[in-house]
Amino acid sequence: MFEYALSSLIFIPVIGFIVVMFLPKDNFGLIRWTSALFSFVPFVISVWLTYDYFILHSSSAAMVYVEGPFTWIPALNAQYFLGVDGISVPMLFLTGLLGFLSILASFNIVKRVKEYFAFFLLLIAGMMGVFCALDFFLFYVFWEVMLVPMYFLIGIWGGPRKEYAAIKFFLYTLFGSIFMLVAILVLYFTSEPHTLNMLTLIQTAPAFSRSLQIMCFAFFFIAFAIKVPVWPFHTWLPDAHVEAPTAVSVILAGVLLKMGTYGMLRISWPMFPEALRYFAVPIALLGLIAIIYGALVSMAQKDLKKLVAYSSVSHMGYCMLALGAYSSVTALAGCMFQMVSHGLITGALFLLVGVLYDRAHTREIAAFGGLGVKIPVYTGLMVLFSMASLGLPGMSGFVSEFMVFIGAFSHPGFMVITALAVLGVVLTAGYMLRMVQRVFLGEFNLAKWGGLTEINFREIVTVAPLAILTIAIGVYPAPLSNLMRATLENLINLMAR
Amino acid sequence: MLEKAFFIPFYPLLAFLVIVFFTRWKEKLSSGISIAMVLLGFLHSLAVLIAMLGRDGRPLELAYTFIDHPSIKLELGMWIDGLTAVMLMVVTIVSSCVQIYSLGYMKDDPRWSRYYSYLSLFTFSMLGLVIANNFFMIFIFWELVGLTSYLLIGFWFEKKSASDAGKKAFITTRIGDLGFIVGLMILVAYAGTLNYQEVFAKVTSGAIPANIIALAGVFVFCGAVGKSAQFPLHVWLPDAMEGPTPVSALIHAATMVAAGVYLVARAMTLFAGSASAAMVIAVIGMITSFIAATIALTQNDIKRVLAYSTCSQLGYMIMALGLYGVDLAHDPHTHSVGYYAGTFHLMTHAFFKALLFLGAGSVIHAVHTNDINDMGGLSKKMKITTTTFFIASLSIAGIFPLSGFWSKDEIIAATVHHPFFMTVTLLIAFMTAFYMFRLCFMTFTGEPRDKHRFEHAHESPKSMTGPLIALAFLSVFAGWVGLPWLKHGFSWFVYHGEHQVHHPNYILMVVSTVVALSGIGLAYLVYYKKAISADAIAERFKPLYKLSFNKWYFDEIYDAVIIKPVLGFTRVLWWFDANIIDGAVNGSGWLTVKWSDLKMWFDKYIIDGAVNGLGYICQAGSWALKFIQSGSVQFYALFMLGSAVGFVIYRVTPDGFYYYLAGVVILALARLLSRISRTNRLKTEPDIEG
Repeated sequence: MFEYALSSLIFIPVIGFIVVMFLPKDNFGLIRWTSALFSFVPFVISVWLTYDYFILHSSSAAMVYVEGPFTWIPALNAQYFLGVDGISVPMLFLTGLLGFLSILASFNIVKRVKEYFAFFLLLIAGMMGVFCALDFFLFYVFWEVMLVPMYFLIGIWGGPRKEYAAIKFFLYTLFGSIFMLVAILVLYFTSEPHTLNMLTLIQTAPAFSRSLQIMCFAFFFIAFAIKVPVWPFHTWLPDAHVEAPTAVSVILAGVLLKMGTYGMLRISWPMFPEALRYFAVPIALLGLIAIIYGALVSMAQKDLKKLVAYSSVSHMGYCMLALGAYSSVTALAGCMFQMVSHGLITGALFLLVGVLYDRAHTREIAAFGGLGVKIPVYTGLMVLFSMASLGLPGMSGFVSEFMVFIGAFSHPGFMVITALAVLGVVLTAGYMLRMVQRVFLGEFNLAKWGGLTEINFREIVTVAPLAILTIAIGVYPAPLSNLMRATLENLINLMAR
Repeated sequence: MLEKAFFIPFYPLLAFLVIVFFTRWKEKLSSGISIAMVLLGFLHSLAVLIAMLGRDGRPLELAYTFIDHPSIKLELGMWIDGLTAVMLMVVTIVSSCVQIYSLGYMKDDPRWSRYYSYLSLFTFSMLGLVIANNFFMIFIFWELVGLTSYLLIGFWFEKKSASDAGKKAFITTRIGDLGFIVGLMILVAYAGTLNYQEVFAKVTSGAIPANIIALAGVFVFCGAVGKSAQFPLHVWLPDAMEGPTPVSALIHAATMVAAGVYLVARAMTLFAGSASAAMVIAVIGMITSFIAATIALTQNDIKRVLAYSTCSQLGYMIMALGLYGVDLAHDPHTHSVGYYAGTFHLMTHAFFKALLFLGAGSVIHAVHTNDINDMGGLSKKMKITTTTFFIASLSIAGIFPLSGFWSKDEIIAATVHHPFFMTVTLLIAFMTAFYMFRLCFMTFTGEPRDKHRFEHAHESPKSMTGPLIALAFLSVFAGWVGLPWLKHGFSWFVYHGEHQVHHPNYILMVVSTVVALSGIGLAYLVYYKKAISADAIAERFKPLYKLSFNKWYFDEIYDAVIIKPVLGFTRVLWWFDANIIDGAVNGSGWLTVKWSDLKMWFDKYIIDGAVNGLGYICQAGSWALKFIQSGSVQFYALFMLGSAVGFVIYRVTPDGFYYYLAGVVILALARLLSRISRTNRLKTEPDIEG
């Protein structure tokens, strides 16, 4: 791997952002392809990085491709410090992939094209930064940087209630960030000498007093839980998802939600083991509630996109359950698998819903029926991803859910919670199959939908990689599992302190 | 060939992939590939069977790592023993027959290629299920057969009833799988492995507490309850008849629904680890068998009668296996034949039940209805179908010397130590013979009840009758591999535990034959001779008749007790989410806005008011004081004099000073007032001054 690989992941999109700003605003083609290029290069680097990490570094838990620490703001002791390990590499890959595919999926945007793509590139940069940063100040900056383009992307290019959704998303996340900021400051002033270096703090923070740990843990948890989102902090999500344009929903579900669980696994879990033990059961319970509750609310939805949005709440619940069972490598690996798998599957579902919406201009489930006759390829893809979402073996969702279940079950005291969580499997099948039936099966309304056209080549290109990966991980999960195993084992040792 | 047995599932998988990606548009080619691949699988299975016979059934295991974790290693692999070899044969034979049969039955269907791709995918999944060497892998393929079952039940998805049935099948079996998953979690937690042999070793060595074994056993069995349509999850199977009839024959009669039985047989050591778990299995099997048989008595849809019959027969097998488990738990050297009986019946049933369904399909193909009230007299027009259907019916009724006779006999023999079970078993045998021949007589004999349909009826094409004949052959002779006089017969090949020597039980043979013949005889009297009126019997036992005719009201009860409340609850939760949780979010936003409004008011009127008020006071004070600075020297002198006097007074008598000060202020005010009034007068009357 070349030097400054991580910085290039972050700053190539930033350069793209600047370049796009200087392009003539009426030349849509140029803007689109320039943006595609500036998201494709980081994607390629992320693939290369993943491969390189897998071959060379996956046997150890150490941070690799480290850049810095370079002094950045001496007064604060803030540093430019990047590095990745087995839990951030898959996330970088996911960001690279979904970032590029989302840009491709955005080619049909015609409103204020230049700004749209500029914001999108900035968004990608922010997400990459979050998964690379090893300094709290840097982490916080990236965490917040990403909010701004997201706010505009929802607020300008969104649906009918876009302003409401954008403000809600922004304020809600900001509300959480404030708690994180306080916790970071507390850590900074408690540590001796004062530092914002995450790795150092992971070593020293467990020595802090119990009450301080619990407070910091809780503050970080609020920030991350809003992002995940953990029940009951989830209501920003359906609004943001439904109002956001398709590609933004993909990024939102595919990457942004994972920043919450990533933050937990990267920061608060290993840093405050004592607080973790204190909160483990409530966290798993929140996960259980999210699984069941999200699935049930999904079942009641009338809007296709909202159904997928609530399914995210349910699916992220598995991650929370696994995070509660912090003693099991299998559970944590299941959590990571679920993060990747949910990113692929839900990303694809949002893309597909967008495809239908572009043609039908409605997302109301009841408005459709029997579409399988008219658009068989689209139907096939939608059924495939619905099956993936409900955890059908042979696809990634099954592997992750199964690992979460067997891992969490063997965590002391989690038997009943886990056994109850299995209910989610049936409920998911329930709402997914109901949706498939009501949209694609049954009698076809020729008069109403006779003009519906089949999914086109560009749209298939955006979805096909996700389908291939979903099946590949489902059939042969060992590489992904080996990629992060050493890191997870190390994390578990840290949590056991 | 034996070591390469894991190729067998891949033949149909290859067919599936080729059809989906390459030959979708070439219909005949698609079906050709599909059939060629399943025949290849059949030949390979045959080679495996022969090899296994040569090895005296010694098992063979191969495994590849799927995921390796410190707490659990998940594998994909194969476990070949006698039972596997037999099941491979059953699956490939029935699948071949059904695929060939479909050439005729599905003729002119616009989704021909898709149909064959689904059949291939199903065959792949079913073979994978059979060949698995561990619980994890069987679960994977377990779910995949569920998927293909869903796709094939809803194959004609334009029909709402078909898409409903597919959904119902998937969700109902998934409820069972929920238990299966929990069972697997228990096994992982306590045995640390999901490999069959390793789990069984831990169970028999006593490394796992007995109550945990019972718990794991019952939960794993939940999976079988769903898949094999056992009470209380049997409701999906009759509805699954919405699928094309060959699919019903393959998936919902011969193979997939038998997967539950296969699982129970495969994991017998686990279930037998606890007598109570085994008893649960036996009781569930018996209840299902009984309920389904009673329902089959009164149904008029030819496929539904067969579907309930399938339920009932699967219950039979599960009961036999459960009783074996009970016996084994009590005595490790048991001579119970339950295991042998269950697996034997699994095989023979697959053939004659597939034949019955394909025969029914042939009839439906001819008369375009499922209702036996619109049939009758078809034997005149459909010789081959009628003959083969009767052979299968005799076989399922258990008439000497057809295959069903031998396997059913063993099931009855398995109940010898359990008198209650034996009674019910014989009762079910009676009902089975009765409803099967009710079906036969109403369909094929007597006068045609619908002349129009009868006119148009015709024997099916060779592609359909060929498989019927092949299966009829198997329905007669397949059972002969288990003749009780054979020393190295079926029981020896699929043995579980110790090799057993069986003694033919002639008394039971006679009893079961009498029972079967009396069932057929009653059907003959009622539906052929019409010596007894069926309506009269129905009227006489009206409540029982209604209970049977309405399928014991299971669907209605589930709808009222589970489905409606759950759907209602989802709407309540959604309301809760949108109004309470989100209401709290929006409410806190609203409160913040209102709070800032209040702050703004406070800012404007109180804080800013205080600032402005101070300014106003200063302004007013300076306005008042400006009158002192009048520019009149006399007044200044007076002011100084007054001050000096006041000072003196203050030094002499402080009290007096206040009176003095009061006096001065009054004078000053009076003076001020006069000044003001004069100023005002000047302002109002400027002309006078000017």
